[in-house]
Amino acid sequence: MAGSVNLVCTRERLGEVVSELRAVTIPDGQTLETGFTPPTGCEVASTWEVISYQFGTLFGELWTETGNVLLGAFNALPYLAGYVLLVLLFMVFWRAIKTLLTPKADYTSLKTVTFGDESAVRSETAASIISVGLIFVIWCSFTGSVLIPKFMHLPGPYTGESSFTYTVANTAGDTDEAEVFVRVFDAGEDSEPLEIDAGSGFAKNDTVDIQIYRSEIVTWDRNDEFTRRDHQAQIVAINGNEFVFDPNNRDDNGNLVDAAPSFDVGFAKVAITDRGTINVSPNPGWQMQPLYLPAPEAVWNRFIEVAKYGYQNVYLTVHLGFSLFRVIVGFMLGAAVGIPLGYAMGLSNWFRGWFDPIVEFMRPVPPLALIPLVIIWFGIGEVGKIFLLFLAALWIMAIAARSGVSGVRITKVHAAYSLGASKWQILRHVIIPNSLPEIFTGARVAMGVCWGTVVAAELVAAEEGIGKMITTASKFQSTDIILMGVIIIGVVGFGIDMLMRMAERRLVPWKGKG
Amino acid sequence: MNGLSIQGLSMRFELPNGGHVQALQDVSIDLKQGELLSVLGPSGCGKTTLLNIVAGFLAQTDGKLVLNGHEITGPDAERGMVFQAGALFEWMSVRDNVSFGPRMAGKKKADYMGNVDHLLDVVGLQDFKEKMVYELSGGMQQRVALARCLANDPDVILMDEPLGALDALTREKMQSLVLKLWKETGKTIILITHSVEEALLLGERLIVMAPRPGRIHKEYNLPFAELGVDADLREVKKHPDFGAKRDEILNMIWDMEEEIMGRTGEDA
Repeated sequence: MAGSVNLVCTRERLGEVVSELRAVTIPDGQTLETGFTPPTGCEVASTWEVISYQFGTLFGELWTETGNVLLGAFNALPYLAGYVLLVLLFMVFWRAIKTLLTPKADYTSLKTVTFGDESAVRSETAASIISVGLIFVIWCSFTGSVLIPKFMHLPGPYTGESSFTYTVANTAGDTDEAEVFVRVFDAGEDSEPLEIDAGSGFAKNDTVDIQIYRSEIVTWDRNDEFTRRDHQAQIVAINGNEFVFDPNNRDDNGNLVDAAPSFDVGFAKVAITDRGTINVSPNPGWQMQPLYLPAPEAVWNRFIEVAKYGYQNVYLTVHLGFSLFRVIVGFMLGAAVGIPLGYAMGLSNWFRGWFDPIVEFMRPVPPLALIPLVIIWFGIGEVGKIFLLFLAALWIMAIAARSGVSGVRITKVHAAYSLGASKWQILRHVIIPNSLPEIFTGARVAMGVCWGTVVAAELVAAEEGIGKMITTASKFQSTDIILMGVIIIGVVGFGIDMLMRMAERRLVPWKGKG
Repeated sequence: MNGLSIQGLSMRFELPNGGHVQALQDVSIDLKQGELLSVLGPSGCGKTTLLNIVAGFLAQTDGKLVLNGHEITGPDAERGMVFQAGALFEWMSVRDNVSFGPRMAGKKKADYMGNVDHLLDVVGLQDFKEKMVYELSGGMQQRVALARCLANDPDVILMDEPLGALDALTREKMQSLVLKLWKETGKTIILITHSVEEALLLGERLIVMAPRPGRIHKEYNLPFAELGVDADLREVKKHPDFGAKRDEILNMIWDMEEEIMGRTGEDA
């Protein structure tokens, strides 16, 4: 930017002198040399200042971020350790059962050296089943699902009726105790006000209805003889626990002198607010709110509902169908161009030289980075998304085909020549079949990348598609639909890979056996 | 004139650093139709280069190659080759591998299938015709390679250590098979080997090559191949001349290796 200049400005902030770097536009008719004067407190920054300030800020911020990440990781450690312990526990348990039930003597069980022997390590089916089952159980238990018995649930949020007492003092020094009756109700229930006895003394009993995961403020002096405003009445104890807190006792800046106290009354947390009222937060328990993590049955019901009636007037089959359509068409086009391109690059110096820089440059560019460009070029229609997937598949397929061709053993080509084959016959009968295993590996990778890319592209801009469904759901905080979408994406992605593997086993059985 | 004539063959590889390697220098061999020549020598003496030039995979820098009256300029079906390993097409069945040559020549299936089946019987693979080649053992794979080469009916068969990757017992059986096929088909064969015994047993003629530059060091005419056609090869090895020839050639190669080692020692 020719019309801009970097300035170093010093100013006072919270009693400290700080200097900042910022870029400003030089006004019309002025240049750096003539007529331009920096604002007061600012000077034109030298190159060295510009660089050192940028790196200083960068490293400062990165240092803070690193601290945050490490702190997060450190906090997660106990949970991680607990999970590993569970894994080991199940292993010990399962092995004990297995030894008791089947004294089997197959070849592996006769091996004395199994640690480090890759062939002796196989995926233990029981472990897989338990692992998936455990994730499901943890999910159920954190959401209070009806799918598992109640005793396996983590403690849920408090519901029901309970009470605590507060003690009020007036300016004369008289005190009186009154009770607050709290009813915590589930989101779906109707809340009827509790019928209570006002009680004796100048402080009257209060009542409050709270929905789970919410908190309420109790204006305790509403029905009392002495109020906060008119009589400077104050709470001096909760459940008999006395404290000193005067909400009117403030310093010159209006800040409180005493810290507002809070108490655990068993079913809830009771805190005195800055204004002297009572804030009641019933115990949220350990379970997750449906907004954060819905129960499995909720997700399943949503799945049935969306499958039957659609979401936002689009049926699930349409969402899924569009996503698959984009992946398949994009992949097919990518393969149709990429494979011949790879062959050309593997067989001709000229083509190798021509396309190597292009392929090697485009390969590390993640297709997701091209989404904004593709939207600018093609809009949010099908053409743009299919073009994106075409690009995602193209380079992978080209590189797979190239390495498939380059990987042919020269003895095979020599053998074919000395058996009288022509160049075209060698291409048809030796080079192409020899490259098929590599191409299949590439195709598997490309399909995986395409599936990931289509979902991401739909997240950004689409009319329909499984990613679009998730974005829409996130705008309405329908976590159950988001979760359902994520599970469908995972299952379909896994299914695609399994199909590719099956095709590979059937079509190129000689893979890895040359 | 029938037969293979190699006249004053030289091969020189230019190295990227400006130097060069004289792989072959003035090699001349005359082979009559139906002769079996085995080529022996220490590593780096240019055996494989010689074979690659005869096969047409490499162009010589000097000299002339004439087969049955015409000059050799590139690979052709008239010169079949059997490689040490890895030259079979694993995406084809055994039968498709063996019939590869006739199929590429565009022959009718009825015309070549009988011969292909016959050759598979000869090499003892009658029960494996429909199998994929990667399902076979190493020895069986080399038998497929032999049959594939013969199915194309070449004038010369070039063998580049065809039995080198096989175990001792399989190797002995395969040596008998090579002799049997040679006698039955009357093909001209050039066989490259590392094994002195194999060279003596199979070579009607034997050439010992010397390295740096690759050249013919000594030539023998041997009776053992003729003997081995009918007799057990283990009996042939007990022939008094066999032991003497073996020791003589072993010493010769040993001396060459010593010389190479000594020379590199001096260089360093």
